[in-house]
Amino acid sequence: MPTYIRLRGGVFGLAEDGFTTVADDEVLPPGDVIVSLTRFQADGERLLSEGRQVGVRIASDEAVEALAYDLPQIAVVALEYPKFRDGRAFTSARVLRERLGFKGEVRAVGDVLRTQAGFMVRCGFDAFEPADGSSVEDWDRATRRFRHVYQRAADGRVPAFEARGV
Amino acid sequence: MYRYDTIDREMLADRSAEFREQVERRLAGDLAEDQFKPLRLMNGLYLQLHAYMLRVAIPYGALNPTQLRKLAWIGRTYDKGYGHFTTRQNLQFHWIKLADTPDILDHLASVDMHAIQTSGNCIRNITADPYAGATAEEIDDPRVWAEAMRQWSTLHPEFSFLPRKFKIAITAAPKDRTAAKVHDIGLVVRRARDGQLGFEVMVGGGMGRTPYIGSTIREFLPANRLFSYLEAILRVYNRHGRRDNSYKARIKILVAALGAEEFARQVEAEWEKVGASVDLPDTELARIRGAFAPMSFETLPAVSEAHEAAKASDPAYARFVRNNVKPHKKAGYGIVEISLKTVGETPGDATAEQMEAVADLAERYGQDDIRVTHEQNLVLPHVRLDDLPSVHAALRAAGLASANINLASDIIACPGLDYCALANARSISVAQHIAQKFADPDRAERVGELKIKISGCINACGHHHVGHIGILGVDKKGEEFYQLTLGGSGAEDAAVGQALGPALPYDRVADAVDTLVETYLRERHDGERFLDTFRRTGVAPFKEAVYADVH
Repeated sequence: MPTYIRLRGGVFGLAEDGFTTVADDEVLPPGDVIVSLTRFQADGERLLSEGRQVGVRIASDEAVEALAYDLPQIAVVALEYPKFRDGRAFTSARVLRERLGFKGEVRAVGDVLRTQAGFMVRCGFDAFEPADGSSVEDWDRATRRFRHVYQRAADGRVPAFEARGV
Repeated sequence: MYRYDTIDREMLADRSAEFREQVERRLAGDLAEDQFKPLRLMNGLYLQLHAYMLRVAIPYGALNPTQLRKLAWIGRTYDKGYGHFTTRQNLQFHWIKLADTPDILDHLASVDMHAIQTSGNCIRNITADPYAGATAEEIDDPRVWAEAMRQWSTLHPEFSFLPRKFKIAITAAPKDRTAAKVHDIGLVVRRARDGQLGFEVMVGGGMGRTPYIGSTIREFLPANRLFSYLEAILRVYNRHGRRDNSYKARIKILVAALGAEEFARQVEAEWEKVGASVDLPDTELARIRGAFAPMSFETLPAVSEAHEAAKASDPAYARFVRNNVKPHKKAGYGIVEISLKTVGETPGDATAEQMEAVADLAERYGQDDIRVTHEQNLVLPHVRLDDLPSVHAALRAAGLASANINLASDIIACPGLDYCALANARSISVAQHIAQKFADPDRAERVGELKIKISGCINACGHHHVGHIGILGVDKKGEEFYQLTLGGSGAEDAAVGQALGPALPYDRVADAVDTLVETYLRERHDGERFLDTFRRTGVAPFKEAVYADVH
């Protein structure tokens, strides 16, 4: 089974990926699947009624708000980085966590690099499929790099402006 | 001035350590150049034609003498003994070795400086009025807000991979010295009738290939809601700005495509959802404001005898005062502009010795305060008029007494083909040739305010679109040609210049500018600046004169 990096309770670890990512033209295998937004909108209800876990893959030009009413039933939202420079998924992750209150897994997929680890965690990602061969240790180190943050974001870290007030 | 606390210092130390590790990986061959490029760009390190260039951030253009001396020392130790002040109030070192950069960043951090976000598709250094805290015109000190924005924008987790770079300017004075209307966001501090402090928010100004003047999307934003509103703007831009074509990726293109009204509507809708949790608490604003508390100015008579005597006896001093010294809010003080546009030199360059001379003056006569202007000059914002003759003498000794602020030889020029990998044509030598035409200071003063701005390519780093006379270098079959535009302005009367006519070859540019100026002198009415005359007459007389000359 393929593996990916997961952040649970503040600890990075390697996890086996129980989900199969299915392209739109592929026949659905049994078990837990991650499908595109289009496919989810067409077949989502049926898939969920089959008792399996369902994840949805959101392209960088799609709005996560499209999932607003389905989120309680969705296990994983996979946000795509077609190129690491395409930063739309950072916004999508924050909207999922801070506005839509999503509690499931938010996974970074595509051109996912360790140099963005800190930003991703701050925006609410908790699962990562690195494209640069980076390890759990690399991700752990990268996200511990900065002792302080200046902004409030989705990770609950205390921003400098609040830390100073204490 | 704002003093970094433990949190600010540890941010820089952590950043510096991160970059050291990245450089080590690059030098060891663990990182290929294409993987390293985005990392080095996040630390202001560019690979130029001959060497690496390191762009050091000077937040809102404010420096203390210790910092300026450190920049001088870095210039002497790691560069060729000088640095180049930029139109973003930053400083560039053009001859840097990659292996030295981690040490340089450590040295910068030791004086609370850094190169964070001086490049890349992120929120860049915040521009603010270089006269902040010194001019009587302002209704609040814009540095308070600029410093708060510096912190908010530093390593912002959501907005570090925007469609394109993002520049913010803030001013609190009616006379705009920040080019706010050609920034991605321009903020003008306003006070409501009931005394409440707030901002006029302009969005979508910019230069480059498609210049735009910013549109006001909110007449009055309550000051304590600044950060939630900025997040709303950035979020709309991050989601909807174009990413398919880097030339169409700036926010100005999105604002133009949607229309300012629709863009404003989307921002307001997003803002409502963002809520106030990202806004700074009043206690933090008060802490930052405290750092910019008014200096302890002496109570002085409005007229200084030493100053008046020097004006009467020394014509060079009198000229310097006429052009380079601006009114201060306190009687007996002046704002002193130091020109980095000595005729024959590279606009914006300062040698290590000159930087040290300015640092000494700031310490001795200037309340430890130095500013950088977006027009690539330096400012001592608080000098007693009694001390002005001594300051002038010291500047003269350092080769920094050119009395040409806002005159024809006070030219903005990008580094151009002498350094830059993007350039089509030289900028610096064109600036030098034009400046020669106005080397006679009497003539330059007779011409009066004239903003000449030169870019070596369409990316417009030299702000040519908003020059009273703008000059753009283009490549025509391997030869350097220059397109001239007239009537632009980056100030409160902002406008994009209009084309004069066909591009001119390199060796005709300075003569053409000379002809434009002669035409202005012939056409002008009493009290008109070049820009005013052009706006009254239109392009016709200028065009006729230049092209009659060419043929």
